[in-house]
Amino acid sequence: MAPFVARVLLLLALLYPAAARAQADDPYAAFATHDYEAMRAAIETLSISGDARAPAILSALQAGQLRVGEDGTLYLRAADGSLREALSGAAAAGVDAAALKEVRMNNAVRRALDGALGGLRLFAADPATRAAAAEAVFKGRDQAALPALDRAFAKETDAGVKSVMAQAHAALILAGGTAGESDKLAAIAVLRARGDLEASSLLASLAGQPAAVTSAARDALTAIQRQRQLWDIAQSVFYGLSLGSVLLLAAAGLAITFGVMGVINMAHGEMVMLGAYTTFVVQEAMRAYAPGLLGASLFVAVPAAFLVAGAVGIAIERGLIRFLYGRPLETLLATWGLSLILQQGVRSIFGPSNRDVSTPAWMSGAFPLGGLTITANRLTIIVFAALVFAVLMLALRRTALGLRMRAVTQNRFMAAAMGIRTPWIDALTFGLGSGVAGIAGVALSQIDNVSPNLGQSYIIDSFMVVVFGGVGNLWGTALGALTLGIVNKFLEPVAGAVLGKIAVLVLLIVFIQRRPRGMFPLKGRAVEA
Amino acid sequence: MDSPDPSLTRRALGGLGLAAAALAATAAPVIGVRRAAAATKAPSGPPIKVGVLHSLSGTMAISETTLKDVMLMLIAEQNRKGGLLGRPLEAVVVDPASNWPLFAEKARALLAQDKCAAVFGCWTSVSRKSVLPVFEELNGILFYPVQYEGQECSRNVFYTGAAPNQQAIPAVDYLMREEGVKRWVLAGTDYVYPRTTNQILEAYLKAKGVTPADIMINYTPFGHSDWQNIVAQIKAFGSAGKKTAVVSTINGDANVPFYKELGNQGLKATDIPVVAFSVGEEELAGMDTKPLVGHLAAWNYFMSVDTAENKSFIKAWHEFIKNPKRTTNDPMEAHFVGFNMWVKAVEKAASTDHDAVIDAMIGISVPNLSGGYSAMMPNHHITKPVLIGEIQGDGQFNIVSQTPGLVVAQEWSPYVAETKDLIGDWRAPLSCGNFNVKTGKCGGAAK
Repeated sequence: MAPFVARVLLLLALLYPAAARAQADDPYAAFATHDYEAMRAAIETLSISGDARAPAILSALQAGQLRVGEDGTLYLRAADGSLREALSGAAAAGVDAAALKEVRMNNAVRRALDGALGGLRLFAADPATRAAAAEAVFKGRDQAALPALDRAFAKETDAGVKSVMAQAHAALILAGGTAGESDKLAAIAVLRARGDLEASSLLASLAGQPAAVTSAARDALTAIQRQRQLWDIAQSVFYGLSLGSVLLLAAAGLAITFGVMGVINMAHGEMVMLGAYTTFVVQEAMRAYAPGLLGASLFVAVPAAFLVAGAVGIAIERGLIRFLYGRPLETLLATWGLSLILQQGVRSIFGPSNRDVSTPAWMSGAFPLGGLTITANRLTIIVFAALVFAVLMLALRRTALGLRMRAVTQNRFMAAAMGIRTPWIDALTFGLGSGVAGIAGVALSQIDNVSPNLGQSYIIDSFMVVVFGGVGNLWGTALGALTLGIVNKFLEPVAGAVLGKIAVLVLLIVFIQRRPRGMFPLKGRAVEA
Repeated sequence: MDSPDPSLTRRALGGLGLAAAALAATAAPVIGVRRAAAATKAPSGPPIKVGVLHSLSGTMAISETTLKDVMLMLIAEQNRKGGLLGRPLEAVVVDPASNWPLFAEKARALLAQDKCAAVFGCWTSVSRKSVLPVFEELNGILFYPVQYEGQECSRNVFYTGAAPNQQAIPAVDYLMREEGVKRWVLAGTDYVYPRTTNQILEAYLKAKGVTPADIMINYTPFGHSDWQNIVAQIKAFGSAGKKTAVVSTINGDANVPFYKELGNQGLKATDIPVVAFSVGEEELAGMDTKPLVGHLAAWNYFMSVDTAENKSFIKAWHEFIKNPKRTTNDPMEAHFVGFNMWVKAVEKAASTDHDAVIDAMIGISVPNLSGGYSAMMPNHHITKPVLIGEIQGDGQFNIVSQTPGLVVAQEWSPYVAETKDLIGDWRAPLSCGNFNVKTGKCGGAAK
């Protein structure tokens, strides 16, 4: 009865002052228990104990590489999977790795660990590690780290790291109760210069300070908030651009099939979904056959998704849509049915659950730009959308195929009279539109669910963008997408996500009432034909 | 990948919207009937029909298909054990296709045409509300396995999922106690479950002395995919110098982009923890959970529960589904508990008659998978332990807190003015789902 024993042990641990007991003999023993309070106390003890083994063991704990055996022995697991006894450093021979358990933590332990490792890593060789360590001290506000921080500050040569250390120092001075008033005022000035959310959080939490400090803190807080308001506007523009680029990617293919060819393709979203699933399959294949190249999987996925979705698009055009030209209602119904068949097909093959498409390291995380937070994946998608759009424009304007596509869509009979095989051009145009949708799927797999329903959530938005921008005009689609994205992101904080979406739709309806052909209507005789 | 699905063709039809109610009776696959070679005594006689009312296509298929599979497993297991009352069990699987009115149609077919002895089904509250009048009219039995907002107590429904006080309130208590949270973001999808849960939580937090300025409520549409400025808003809200946490009732597909954005904007669990009520092992299976380590979920069951019962359940599940990577989750456990309770009640009543079984259900106690016994209470809800788990890098949960005993469900929330005097008690002579203890009358809130 393992759970019963565990519960009795837990009860015992609660009855005795476990933290004190763990400290009294061996702080490392706490890691073999499930007593998070004892673990937290042990980490605090170890961070100032000066024990040479502590940094390696605590780092392993943070990385999830600390293992514990049935008898409570701790092991360090190396990247290659080999085990070493944590305390003696001896190689662990004949230990069954599968029988060992990972040492688990809760958030309180994790916080203590971040702070403790911050203190220990202040002297690391790599400046980035030192900066991260100082940042951890800033967040942890553990007074015990102050002497180490001051020593590290005195030795530091890198100006960037030095300023983070100064900020961490200021945070500790303000959080602690012992520093003098002038020190605290200087610390507030440092935080005011830092000017981010962390700084304002710290300033707002000050309590029980002398009057001069309190009022300086309040001034600094107001100044930071005023400055942030300006940055917030810039940040909203970035969010809007990012949403706009996603809309543009989703709608670019539709701008060709619906905008240029005039086919109401309700299965457009499913082309996006097929692109996302292609990314998944490419990643799985690379994981199996070329794990070293996984970081580059998206570069393989883009052409693959274009080919898969394009091929399916050509098949749809040849097999279904060509029989329905000039019958919009039938096309709508047929492609809608097709979209359901494709969804259910994917659900039957891949299962109804979401699929895990991993994000390469260079596309994760965020970096600060002035007062902005720029997330790497969003920035990549903005650049990618611009590239796709540019290539699409070039293909339509500068290639022979593009010339024929435009000729056929402007005047089919004249083009046929000039010797263009219009059915083939129709199929290729539809394939191009679908292929672009597939490429959009690769980008969306990085920010959204890869599930059979992926396409459905973008089909309405895509039509909205194309109609708003002006049917048949790619520049209109691009500007329409960006406008809708930015308007949405400025409305959302004010009205909330639900009302914001409604407001955008209402604005769109009013706009279409005034200008039924969108922002950039096509002009000339071809339109009337 | 899924195991071959016997109802595949009908799923495709259902997806096209062509599957009419009439089809259900003729095309429903007959899975339950097995020649139980190894069983103690082969069941014989006319089969007892068990309805399975879960969406196998449409948006909810992602969650509900698994529940259909677990029901087929439980029924097959029961048949191997000799069936029920010596008769074999037969599953009648229908596909309401995530379409709420279709739920009611299919429920009517299950009760009126198939004469199902019990129906196991529904996921969203709106689907439950849709079938409720049908079950009350035809006096059926529904087992509802999902955590929900409470504020309901029907004679014909057995709620095997958690009521708010069995999930949401203990989770908030945990954050207050262990993390010292003072400021709260209540983020949810815009529909009945999050709205009601947040109404209860808001009243609860205020009763605990949290000021309105320290509560931020945010609703988003279904399938919301662009979380950039909401996550930024949460970050800004969390920088007021007080420990902040997010209580998430965000549902289904919107979770993946939400957590991805949290990870990308560097919002760590050690800074602002997110506790979710709708994110389980199944949802995490489609995500890289490394940036999410430490975010929390509150359930009554986790796959990582370390008990012998759970290990044998997982083993049986993997053998049945023929995929050792498939996860188990809380609603699956609720069906496990509900099905075993129903089997016991039928044995106690020695009949599948709906009225006899409904009366026999109260007081039935069966083992749950978290190490203990769950009992059916007079309010048709079950007692449950409450577990808080932190997300791990491998997509599983590390259980960091467990209530010492079992928690009895409060079907009517004491924190909502309209329902604080109501109780549900389906034992004779009271037999009332909304008895008002102030007025002494059955029939809801006093006007």
